[in-house]
Amino acid sequence: MIQLAKLLEAALFSSAHPVATADLKAMAADGETTDADVMSALDELRRHYEDDGHGVELIEVGGGWQILTRPEYTETIERAQLAARPQRLSAPALETLAIVAYRQPIGRAEIEEIRGVGAGQMLKSLHERELIEVVGRGEGMGRPLLYGTTPGFLEQFALRHLGELPRADELAVALRDPNAPRVVNREPEPNVGSETARQKAASQNSDSPYASVES
Amino acid sequence: MRDGEVFVVELTQFSGPLDLLLSLIRDEQIDIQDIPVARIAEQFLARISTLALDEAADYLEMAARLVRIKAQMLLPRREGDESWEDPRAELVRRLLEYQQVREVVDVLERRSDDRRNRFARAYLPQNFSSPAPAAAALSLSLPELFAAVDRVLRAALKPTVHDVVPRALDVDGAIATVRAILALRAKARWSDVISRSAEPWQVLSTLLALLELAKRGELKLAQPRPFASVEISSDSASEAA
Repeated sequence: MIQLAKLLEAALFSSAHPVATADLKAMAADGETTDADVMSALDELRRHYEDDGHGVELIEVGGGWQILTRPEYTETIERAQLAARPQRLSAPALETLAIVAYRQPIGRAEIEEIRGVGAGQMLKSLHERELIEVVGRGEGMGRPLLYGTTPGFLEQFALRHLGELPRADELAVALRDPNAPRVVNREPEPNVGSETARQKAASQNSDSPYASVES
Repeated sequence: MRDGEVFVVELTQFSGPLDLLLSLIRDEQIDIQDIPVARIAEQFLARISTLALDEAADYLEMAARLVRIKAQMLLPRREGDESWEDPRAELVRRLLEYQQVREVVDVLERRSDDRRNRFARAYLPQNFSSPAPAAAALSLSLPELFAAVDRVLRAALKPTVHDVVPRALDVDGAIATVRAILALRAKARWSDVISRSAEPWQVLSTLLALLELAKRGELKLAQPRPFASVEISSDSASEAA
C-alpha cells in the first residue's frame, strides 16, 4: 500500500464516525495531495480489504468514509457482547422520517397531513435520536419549525447522500396527477448542511422532480 | 361507535387511519382509483369499533371524512357533467401519497438493517479539553517538601474534632443482674429488672440481656397483651409450674 493509504486507514480506524474526504485530505498536510490522490488511496484501501478478504470493509457514507465490520460476523460479535446492534425504528417513526427526508424542510402540520396522525411525539423522539433537526422556520401562522435530516441520518441508513433514496419515478406508486402530488419530489440540496440553501428551497416551494438530481 | 364502547389504548397493528384504510383496500383487492366508498366506510367503522385503537381522534376524523364522501357520491349529477369533481379525488391522492411513504419506509428499513449489521469502531472521544500532560519528575529537597506541607497545614482550617462517646452498653452486667433477680424469685416483671430512672443505655442493655437469656433458654418472656408489662419467668420455674 502507498503511504497515504496507510495514513487514511489509521485515521479511519481510530474514528467512530465517518470521516469526510476533505478532512482526510487535510491530514496529508503536505499541500500537494489532491482530491484525486485521496480518492485513489481510498480506492486502494477498499480493494485491499476486498481482495485479501478482511473482516472489515471500507464504506462511503454520509459524505465521508468509514471502516465497518462485515455483516457475516455481526451475530457472533453481538453474542460475545462486544458490540450491539442499535434498536430498529418503529413503523410510525420510519414513516415520519421518510416524509422529512423527501420533503425537507417540512413543518409538523404537513407531516401530520400526510400520515393522518399527530406527529409531535414522533418528531421529538427522532430529534432525540439525532436523525432530524430544526433547519429553519416556515412562513405563515406561528412561523412553524421546519425539520430536515441530519448527517446522522445518512450514517444510520448507510446513505452516501440523499440522492441515493429512490426517486419518485422509481417508486411503484407514481402519482398520476402532476399538480396534486408533492411527496417524494423535492430535489435534495446538494449542500446538505447549508441553512440558506434550505431556506431557499422552502420559499420556492419548488416542485422540481427529484429525478433530476443524480447527475 | 355504539354507546358504552370505549377505545382502549392500543395501537400496534396500524400506524394511522391511512394505514388501516390501505390495508382494507388491499384485503378487498379494490382499485384505489375507484373506491366503493360506501362499503369501505362501513368496514372502516366496523374495524375501528373493534380494534381498540389509540389515536381515536385521527381515526374518527377519517371515519367522518369517509361518511361525507359517501354522501357526496349519492348526490345526483348530470350525465357528462364536465364540472363534476370526484369527491374521492382528495382521498385517493392522500392514499397514494401515503403509499409512496410506505414504499420509502421499506427502502429505509432495508438500508437500516444493512447498516445495523455492520459495526463501527466503538471508541468515542471523551470531552476532555487536552490530554493531561505527563507528570514531570519532581525535583524537590526534603526541607522544601516539609516547608510545603507546613504551608498547607497552616492554610488548612482548624480541624473539627468530635467527641466520640463509646457505646456504653453493658449487656454482661445486665445479664448478671437479671440472673440475680431470677435467682431470688421465679417470676419478675420488666419493671422489676429496670429502674424507672434508668438511662437509655441501661434500658437497652437490659433488653438485650433478656433477649440473650431467652435465646439461651434460661428464661421465658411473655406479654399478655400489647404494651403490657413483660413478664419474665425462669425456665425451670415455668417447667415446675
